Amino acid sequence: MQNDNLVEIEQLAFGYGARSILTNINLTAKRGQVVAIMGSSGCGKTTLLRLIGGQLKPSQGVVRVAGETVGELDQAGLYRLRRKMGMLFQFGALFTDMSVFDNVAFQLREHTDLPEDAIHDLVLMKLHAVGLRGAAQLMPAELSGGMARRVALARAIALEPMLVMYDEPFAGLDPISLGVTGNLIRRLTDTLGLTSIVVTHDVHESLKIVDYIYFISDGVIVAEGTADEMRASGLPYVHQFVHGEADGPVPFHYPAPSYADDLKLGGRGA
Amino acid sequence: MLKQAIENLGNRTIQGVWRIGFASRFFLAMLLHSGTAFRRFGLTIRELYFTGVLSLIIILVSGLFVGMVLGLQGYETLQRFGSESALGTLVALSLVRELGPVLAGLLFASRAGSAITAEIGLMKATEQLSAMEMMAVDPIARVVAPRFWAGVISMPLLAALFSGMGIFGGYLVGVKLIGVDEGTFWSQMQSSVDFQQDIINGVIKSVVFGVAVTTIALFEGYDAPPTAEGVSGATTRTVVTSSLAVLALDFVLTAFMFRGLN
Repeated sequence: MQNDNLVEIEQLAFGYGARSILTNINLTAKRGQVVAIMGSSGCGKTTLLRLIGGQLKPSQGVVRVAGETVGELDQAGLYRLRRKMGMLFQFGALFTDMSVFDNVAFQLREHTDLPEDAIHDLVLMKLHAVGLRGAAQLMPAELSGGMARRVALARAIALEPMLVMYDEPFAGLDPISLGVTGNLIRRLTDTLGLTSIVVTHDVHESLKIVDYIYFISDGVIVAEGTADEMRASGLPYVHQFVHGEADGPVPFHYPAPSYADDLKLGGRGA
Repeated sequence: MLKQAIENLGNRTIQGVWRIGFASRFFLAMLLHSGTAFRRFGLTIRELYFTGVLSLIIILVSGLFVGMVLGLQGYETLQRFGSESALGTLVALSLVRELGPVLAGLLFASRAGSAITAEIGLMKATEQLSAMEMMAVDPIARVVAPRFWAGVISMPLLAALFSGMGIFGGYLVGVKLIGVDEGTFWSQMQSSVDFQQDIINGVIKSVVFGVAVTTIALFEGYDAPPTAEGVSGATTRTVVTSSLAVLALDFVLTAFMFRGLN
């Protein structure tokens, strides 16, 4: 029987040298789900995606994708697995020297022997799915941020992957593009039978589309549950995050010596 | 104070050694993954256009002027000894042996090397290399190796064109302007330039410079911190390091090639 979980992370820890980034992460993504990983900027969310994609190796614990332990694969194995994964980078990371069409066709040309006619049809189908068939001949520099993100999404699903990872897909988008991108993620996941992992700090947009959420703070998972559970959550961190409060468990101030000391008010009084 | 200085020195040395090690591994990986650059030669041809063809103008114009200056200065000196008939020899030998490969190498470093570093560095900064890796395409094979071979192939061709243009410039000034006998100019050149000793050695030099400049440019780009300052710093380092490498390698190669030559 096929395992229901496409991605399984157990007891994962990761750090650069002595600096620990992630500790004791346990996370699963079931097939067909949209899973969100949320947390404030710099909490290790993107690192987690790189660990799932095998660009980084965990210091401890295991990451399994489709039953394969990512950290133990050699380059050939890793590349085989990555053909079944798509990744949407924060700003799209489109190849700036190629047209939109060639960007989407990139993987088809690199990994398949399909004739150019078939590639042409496939690319236009993927572009149509993200609503940008008409932009096929444009260069990446001519696209708006939201359009670039959608082209990158078309490129990520070009080889019909089983898993797509999104690194901050909502960052810097206007409200319309935001809604479009959110809907696209949900629709593509459902129609193509994908599994999606979305790293984001956009609470409102993602609560609308996700099945399950993990909250990460300071490198540990502090809360998890469905969207409704998170909205109702009484945990101070989740509450602060979901309601966007400036101060709370996540302090407004970066750690610093006492304000009075910094302003050299110390020695004067007494 | 002194302890701090020693610590810094040690730190820098260790970092330098790390970088050399990293660069060597990079060079090996590039050679090992060169298959794609030849199997899909279209990729290399595209880079040949960017590194080679687009460098043509600067190479040809500089070659012409260097040759013209050689013609003037050479005639000026040679006629004092009444041996202006040796002008062809002087122009050809200095170009083919030294000036062609070295100046073409320096121009190549600043024209093509800097462009390569900036391009790769920006591809890295905008996560294009990462994206490629995630699409199961090795950036060393797909992006780096074709650029390397394009550099290695175009450098000797550019050096040859530089020398050719230079000889033509020397001819223009020496024969057409000053009036050195045309027949003497060419026949002296023909009899004194040796194919093996001069031309082949010049080609070997330019191939070595091509390998050095392209490797430095690619490595600096690949290793650049993914920020604006990172990429600009790497581009500067490419021009400085590869220019110095060309001059130093030229001395070493000359010492080996022309030792004991009359």
